Amino acid sequence: MCSSSGAAVTKLIDAMSDTDFTRRRDSASQSQRGTEESPLARWALIVVALAFCLVFLLLPLLNVFVQAFAKGWAFYVAALTHPDSWAAIRLTVLVAVIAVPLNVLFGLAAAWAIAKFEFRGKPLLVTLIDLPFSVSPVVAGLMFVLLFGLQGFFGGWLDAHDIKIIFAVPGLVLATVFVTFPFVARELIPVMQATGEEQEQAALTLGANGWQTFWHVTLPSVKWGLLYGIILCNARAMGEFGAVSVVSGHITGQTETMPLRVEKLYNEYNAPAAFAVASLLALLALFTLGLKTFLEWRQAQEHARARAKPREVAQSVTTS
Amino acid sequence: MAQKRFNALPGFGLTIGFTLFYLSAIVLLPFAGLIARALGISWADFWRLATTPRALAAYRLTFGASLAAALANALFGSLLAWVLVRYRFPGRRFIDAMVDFPFALPTAVAGLTLASLFGPKGWLGQCLVPLGIKGAFTPLGVVIALTFVGMPFVVRTLQPVLLSLELEVEEAAATLGAGRLRTFVAVIAPALFPAVLTGFALAFARAIGEYGSIVFISGNRPFRTEIAPLLIVTRLEEYDYRGAIALAVVLLVFSFVLLGAINVLEQWSSRYQTH
Repeated sequence: MCSSSGAAVTKLIDAMSDTDFTRRRDSASQSQRGTEESPLARWALIVVALAFCLVFLLLPLLNVFVQAFAKGWAFYVAALTHPDSWAAIRLTVLVAVIAVPLNVLFGLAAAWAIAKFEFRGKPLLVTLIDLPFSVSPVVAGLMFVLLFGLQGFFGGWLDAHDIKIIFAVPGLVLATVFVTFPFVARELIPVMQATGEEQEQAALTLGANGWQTFWHVTLPSVKWGLLYGIILCNARAMGEFGAVSVVSGHITGQTETMPLRVEKLYNEYNAPAAFAVASLLALLALFTLGLKTFLEWRQAQEHARARAKPREVAQSVTTS
Repeated sequence: MAQKRFNALPGFGLTIGFTLFYLSAIVLLPFAGLIARALGISWADFWRLATTPRALAAYRLTFGASLAAALANALFGSLLAWVLVRYRFPGRRFIDAMVDFPFALPTAVAGLTLASLFGPKGWLGQCLVPLGIKGAFTPLGVVIALTFVGMPFVVRTLQPVLLSLELEVEEAAATLGAGRLRTFVAVIAPALFPAVLTGFALAFARAIGEYGSIVFISGNRPFRTEIAPLLIVTRLEEYDYRGAIALAVVLLVFSFVLLGAINVLEQWSSRYQTH
């Protein structure tokens, strides 16, 4: 995913909460024609942009649900409750339930170390954390096959001890952890850096121990950024296709996650059932998007409030 | 100051220790495994495996389609960012939120719905048939899927830059007698160019590695519509590990070169942002 989306979004929120620009434009709209396009040009640009959105955003989304219900509600329910599809749904949830908390734990630890302390090699560490984003998911899967596959480095040892990683659930978890590795850390690091460490130091001075400080001071102050990272991590974990496809072995009912089930059904010329399973993933995407928009809106609000506060204080001081 | 910070807060040893351990186990060890196996292949063998005619055809499609999709995104993404930032129209906030939809939608679902949409019986594919254009199961299908997955990059890199542009500069250009088009070409476009290029490079980098959405829409025919990541999977299924490794190394090296270029571009484009 976007290696700068986090930073770009924060910048965007900063810029959006700065309403000066919009205000200036609104007041300019009557008088200063030199900085405006003609109405005709404006509407032409809007129409082209909306047509692009229609073809590449709205129609693909709408199509998922229309195709999923093309054979009626009964078929839809039957497709989802088919034992193999039901097994895929359970497996997807299981993999996410293991992979996401692991990356949350890592994200919290990495953000604490990187945001609150100075040490040598920090830029290198940050770059390495982002590394999984620049690897093709297929290559990520291949890496795990080379480690744990039958011909891999640990293949012989694992086989001798009758432990299966590749073509089994542990492989799916590992591949998912790899591709979703940076999400939580990269959202948390800037948030923790921004909050500084005065509050933690105050808590420590007042006699709190390290864990208490973390639970009662640090965690509440980064909760929105953390939630943001978790939902993005979860969406990718449940939707990952390339990396899990390589390590899964596609054993129906055993190592097939929902995206792999979609592919299997599609290849078996059972498109309506494929769309039924896909519709659940599309709902997950919509839910993620809704929550993300809400969190960004909240963040912008808090940002605006934090900006307004000093002004209010200054006003109350001058008026009193 | 740095020294004080070092001593005041607890937990540095624990958190950095866990971070390094987890990073090594999940990311560095798999990388090391791939590199070690790649180094076990002689240079002559590596060259032969990485440049088979089928591999060359796959690179050509992967890089060509990624370039076409990134260009389409640079054009339409810039337009969309401009419209979202500068104009007010009904549904603007909804569209703005929806721009991230390709990031949120699992790639398999994207591939499935695009293949159906642009297929001969799909809503959009139907309209293409009379024109003699096949949307799905052709290289065009690959471009369509890659345009979808790369769509948010240009919009999201360009939006903050557009918001931070100083309107006074445009006013000055207008006062000096420049028409709107000339102002755009001579004043606005140069300021936007680094951000557009960054977004283009990000979309291109994402497209190179993309797999999930394409296997549904491309038809996966060797030499015709087979992308490089798919050829890696095929080699693995044939138990041709060395062939898969050679292709993976080529893709990785390319990704890293692109990543370096993106970092330079981001530094360049941040110079044009005033706040």
